[in-house]
Amino acid sequence: MDILYKIFIDPFVQMGTAPDLLVQTLWDGLVAGVLYALIALGFVLIFKASGVFNFAQGIMVVFAALTLVGLHEHGVPAFVALGLTVLVMLVLAVGVERLMLRPLVNQSSIILFMATFGLTYFLIGAGQIVFGGSPKVMIASDLFLPSGAIEFKGLGGFVSLQKIDIAAVIIASVMVGVLAVFFQRTRIGRALRAVADSHQAALSVGISLEQIWVIVWFAAGVVAIATGILWGARSEVSFALQIIALKALPVLVLGGLTSIPGAIVGGLIIGIGEKLGEFYWGPLLGGGIENWLAYVIALGVLVFRPQGLFGEKIIERI
Amino acid sequence: MLYREVGQYKTSYAADMAIFPILQDRIGLAAILLIAFVVIPLVGHDFLLNTVMIPFLIFTLAAIGLNLLTGYTGLLSLGTGGFMGVGAYACLKLTTIFPHVNIVIWVLASGLFSAAVGVLFGLPSLRIKGFYLAVATLAAQFFLEWCFIRIPWLYNYSVSGAIEVPLRTLMGIPVTGPTATSLTRYLIVLSIVVVMTWVASNLVHGRIGRTWMAVRDMDLAAELVGIRLLRAKLLAFAVSSFYCGVAGAMMVFLWYGGAEAEVFAIDQSFLVLFMVIIGGLGTLTGSFFGAALIYILPIVLREIPAALGLPVHPSTVEQLTFVIVGVLIIVFLALEPNGLARLWQIGKQKLRVWPFPY
Amino acid sequence: MRAPSSREVRLGEALLAVENVSLAFGGVRALTDVSFDIRKGEIRAIIGPNGAGKTSMLNVINGFYPPNTGRITFKGEARTTMRPYAAALGGIARTFQNLALFRGMTTLDNIMAGRALKMHRGFFWQLIRHGPALREEVEHRRRVEEIIDFLEIAAIRKVQVGRLPYGLQKRVELGRALAMEPDLLLLDEPMAGMNLEEKEDMSRFILDVNQQYGTTIALIEHDMGVVMDLSDRVVVLDYGRKIADATPDEVKCDKNVIRAYLGEPHGISA
Ligand SMILES: Nc1ncnc2c1ncn2[C@@H]1O[C@H](COP(=O)(O)OP(=O)(O)OP(=O)(O)O)[C@@H](O)[C@H]1O
Ligand SMILES: [Mg+2]
Repeated sequence: MDILYKIFIDPFVQMGTAPDLLVQTLWDGLVAGVLYALIALGFVLIFKASGVFNFAQGIMVVFAALTLVGLHEHGVPAFVALGLTVLVMLVLAVGVERLMLRPLVNQSSIILFMATFGLTYFLIGAGQIVFGGSPKVMIASDLFLPSGAIEFKGLGGFVSLQKIDIAAVIIASVMVGVLAVFFQRTRIGRALRAVADSHQAALSVGISLEQIWVIVWFAAGVVAIATGILWGARSEVSFALQIIALKALPVLVLGGLTSIPGAIVGGLIIGIGEKLGEFYWGPLLGGGIENWLAYVIALGVLVFRPQGLFGEKIIERI
Repeated sequence: MLYREVGQYKTSYAADMAIFPILQDRIGLAAILLIAFVVIPLVGHDFLLNTVMIPFLIFTLAAIGLNLLTGYTGLLSLGTGGFMGVGAYACLKLTTIFPHVNIVIWVLASGLFSAAVGVLFGLPSLRIKGFYLAVATLAAQFFLEWCFIRIPWLYNYSVSGAIEVPLRTLMGIPVTGPTATSLTRYLIVLSIVVVMTWVASNLVHGRIGRTWMAVRDMDLAAELVGIRLLRAKLLAFAVSSFYCGVAGAMMVFLWYGGAEAEVFAIDQSFLVLFMVIIGGLGTLTGSFFGAALIYILPIVLREIPAALGLPVHPSTVEQLTFVIVGVLIIVFLALEPNGLARLWQIGKQKLRVWPFPY
Repeated sequence: MRAPSSREVRLGEALLAVENVSLAFGGVRALTDVSFDIRKGEIRAIIGPNGAGKTSMLNVINGFYPPNTGRITFKGEARTTMRPYAAALGGIARTFQNLALFRGMTTLDNIMAGRALKMHRGFFWQLIRHGPALREEVEHRRRVEEIIDFLEIAAIRKVQVGRLPYGLQKRVELGRALAMEPDLLLLDEPMAGMNLEEKEDMSRFILDVNQQYGTTIALIEHDMGVVMDLSDRVVVLDYGRKIADATPDEVKCDKNVIRAYLGEPHGISA
């Protein structure tokens, strides 16, 4: 009885009696969720246009952040370093298309997926060889990102919002908006969507498949830079971030692999769900459930909806 | 007359279905076993046994386990590390509770526990496929890792939070624990790996192996020829996790002599997966090649420059390994999805017709 | 061509009856209120223009799609839905329009896989692959070799099927279905994309299977010549509806059928 009380009643009582803590937890979850969504967005871009489930997206985030900070360490001014990082991501996109996607064309999707594990390891190794393995500090202030916190009194206590988190939410929302417009309104965007339906359609718009691959990988790289800056500014820049980046995977399967709104909603569900779970139910299990809750939530959803929350129902043909 | 003809058919098909139908292959196998069981124990010193052979064999077993699931049945798992961990912790608990039972029995029995856990996490595989399933196995990986850290009962409440391997003897000879010699441990590991490889080869060459490969290649058609998908997939999860569990138990009890939960983290899952990919998906020989390449690569990267008087920093070795392994994965997937095992076959084929090019 | 009189004699009672089956995918109505039967021992052709619902019909029969309405009676047992596994167990085998072979396996293994339901040696015998497990394997191997000889594919026994040319793959797929020793064999365009010679071979195999083993066959085929030669009775589907059900000769002259095919790229070629 006691345990049932602790699971089903007590957490809600706590939420009611200390609303400030609840709001604080929700906010933390929201910020984490927005960042997950941003990584997931990179996945969706690539998956939609090339059918590749890019496991390396999380590492691309770390790699981008590391490049940016590493260049700055070598005396390159912040915004020049940012420009160079964009260039590096372009080179990466071209390299991936030439050296990985082209030779693997027509392979089954699971093989392509595994190939991106190779890319992941390559980026981890190469990134460390070039920029060193020790954690670095994001050059947030050089990029005019705010620091410090705003505190609100009320709700029987106070809620504190980090300014960088507010910036993260704003920047992420803007990026999502821009990408949505890009997909819906521009010629290239429409071609990208066409490619998702049929490669023939894309060719008829006059864009080759190869070009499209480069474009989406580059777009995903730019999203990775933004994610890397924001995330790096909240903690530090190191390959330990990859474990957090992996969380984008459950976000993705929750939202469905092809849906941008899905990625966002999935990110929020996972972000808020795991923070609430950790704060209110975690202590019952000794804490640390944040590490697996996201995956278990995704697993639970998949069992009932194998196509994710937003994916279209797949009727297999034979 | 009729009887004889029946007998003829039987022997000829049975011979045709033998796993090594070619004489040279059988001789080669015998030679390898001789070297492994006799020559290496005679000439091998601690470095060779402890740093090369024992880990190589243990990784091979884990790779075979994962290969049964991913290479043969087509179910991609990222939970190998977790399943190996289940074996290690189960073995610790078993030998703690029943200290007088032969430790080798517990090493094998611990595989049953990972098999059970594997089946549990394999249940969703009926509905979930491809990378969705891979993500689902991540749930197993992270959940199990968490259990290893947060449930003190599992590591006998040791202060360090690590597994401390107790001394266990077999007929008076120490087998596990600090006083066990590397030779004893090597021979036990070798025997287990040889027997389990033989069993795996029996499975994949028979009805069950066909069932698995049918599920891998076209699951819908498999169901239409009367294969029960859930059963086939769960059996693959069970057998695969059994192998991984035994590998995990051996890793801690017969190699490290003690380990923290970190050993069974996701990196381990990837390492074993890479062995499978590079060695060759769906070939058992490949698992040996893959384990050799991935495990021995860093040793070579470290030792060769050191021998040339250019010592390389350990972290550089690790980073270089990452880069090389990453590139190898892409290269093999693109050019030779059947991995090193396929290259080996092509090499043998060339030898067979040598010296004539065709 | 066989004489009509012998045909009547061959036909037994209904092995399978489809009653008022309808099936829709979202807005697409693949089948609407279709009824027909397949009698024991006959070769039943199902024809119709592209997208008429022929493949969907086979998918309903072997349990791959549950129909929205209607029911199916097989061997006297009525059912609305069942798993494909149960269909296989009941004796329904199948080939596919777009090939569904186990591409990574050899010809031999593919056909051996068709014996899945007939092999019973348990897991523990499989672990050692000696004694009963090996005996069973050899016994079924002999049966499979007969099929391989029958289909004249002995030379490609140990070749991975993914590397075979299309025509041979179709043959291997037929072999896999035959290995199940089915009571009802469903063939979805077994001759699509074949040249004349390959078509003749395939026709011969189908007739032989029907005559030697008495296997009942449902056949989807676009080539009217083949349909005329092989089939005892023909069902014609168009836009998911049954528009005719008669002997080949009658169907050829049916007004509705001719109208359905007019404007279709392939038309009737007899
Ligand atoms: N899994 C599915 N999901 C959605 N629509 C489907 C599915 N399978 C079939 N259809 C639709 O149902 C209709 C009938 O298809 P079916 O494949 O049965 O036709 P068919 O007669 O076999 O044609 P063909 O001669 O081209 O093989 C078509 O409009 C097709 O697009
Ligand atoms: Mg069809």
